[in-house]
Amino acid sequence: MHLFAAAVPLWTLLSWGDQGYGDELFWGACHTLEISIFGYALGLGLGLLGAVGKLSSAGLLAKGLNGYTTLFRALPEAILIMLLYYAGTDALNGLFALVGIGALQVSGMVAAIVVLGAVQGAYSTEVLRAAIMAVPKGQIEAAEALGMTRFLRFRRITLPAMLPNALPGLANLWLNITKDSALVSLVGFTELALATQQAAGVSKRYFVLYVTAQAIYLAISQTSIAGFGWAERRLRRGQRGPVAVP
Amino acid sequence: MRWEWLPDYLPALAEGLLITLEVLVVSVVAGFALAIPLALAQVKGGYLARKLAGAYCSYIRGTPLLMQLYLLYYGIGSLFPLIPGARENLMWLIRLDAIYYVILAFTLSFAGYEAEIMRGAFLSVPGGELEAAEAMGMSPGLVLRRIWFPSAFLKVLPTLTGEVIGQLKSTPLAFTVPVQDLMGVAHKVMQDTYRIYEPLLFVALVYLALTYVIVQAFGRLERLVPQRRSV
Repeated sequence: MHLFAAAVPLWTLLSWGDQGYGDELFWGACHTLEISIFGYALGLGLGLLGAVGKLSSAGLLAKGLNGYTTLFRALPEAILIMLLYYAGTDALNGLFALVGIGALQVSGMVAAIVVLGAVQGAYSTEVLRAAIMAVPKGQIEAAEALGMTRFLRFRRITLPAMLPNALPGLANLWLNITKDSALVSLVGFTELALATQQAAGVSKRYFVLYVTAQAIYLAISQTSIAGFGWAERRLRRGQRGPVAVP
Repeated sequence: MRWEWLPDYLPALAEGLLITLEVLVVSVVAGFALAIPLALAQVKGGYLARKLAGAYCSYIRGTPLLMQLYLLYYGIGSLFPLIPGARENLMWLIRLDAIYYVILAFTLSFAGYEAEIMRGAFLSVPGGELEAAEAMGMSPGLVLRRIWFPSAFLKVLPTLTGEVIGQLKSTPLAFTVPVQDLMGVAHKVMQDTYRIYEPLLFVALVYLALTYVIVQAFGRLERLVPQRRSV
């Protein structure tokens, strides 16, 4: 390889240990997956609460939730993540100081998860709300007529019936959060993007390292797409009509 | 909240806003133009063209824009010293302002997302319309220009608002490679004044206003197009 004759060979660059950056990239990818998975779960929880709240109230709660979803979906993710990160850690430290514990170092990973989850929650709310609304009213009325309580109705009828409707949207949100997780590098949390940047900064092998990192991101997204396709086929078992598979 | 820095930086912020708008408009227009051949390659192209265009879209949609930008800005530049003669002949490329890399990266990204949408729109145009045009003796190029593209474009028009807003929401990433766009100037304010929230909030407000303007403008554009509204 004439091109890289002067530099460390490729396999050394990507190897495990002191010589290479394979381990750094690997742990970066693990962190990316971790904050994505937990942020996604947090977002889903917020989204479920938000969707139910939006659908079951018309007053102040619905207005507040509308404000949350509109504002969080209209703002650029990069700015929102920076704002939430700084505001969140400041607020927590303020709280700790108030209680008298003194300034604590908020774990970067927890902050990243909370920030990503809060952004994701706004998008999840809208996806889940639309999916719940698409459940035929007759099914819910039938459950009501059978004397099911509100909670039982939601757990047994609404939730399983809306899941196939929500899945394409939820798949998109998962793909988005794996990509948006790279923005957490802007506030200094070492996930795959920042780990790559640091490795490239030291070794000056920007091209190879960025291509490798992108290959990892691509592997994550392609695996996810296949997984969600499988899940949708499974959830739509027994439904009539052609199965829409991406 | 302390805003006394604002008057000093207002001219720079205005210039930054112009750069942000420039990046947005150029990347949307050029990206859309690039999306058309990418979509056509997937719909009508041969095996190789279909696979290549599909792989390109998967790559763009499957990796973070931030990484794509870094690859172009840092990655390509880092290859030059390895190519003999590049230092002399390609120096202009290295000296090129970061904004060109930003525009290129955002254009390529928008093209990837939009091609996927245009692909669906091209496929959804009824085959009979295209056959009729062919039967009238139109050349493939003329069919595309007069029938296929206009019809597909009208179909994507409602989704275009969302796509353009999505692209607008990506523009702050320009500040990560040194570009003095709106976010870049705000970042400089943060470094100069040690204020964190005020510059970020200011930029957030401007972005909200821009989103509102885009929604209104595209709403007007959509109303210009006559279409059946009842279901």
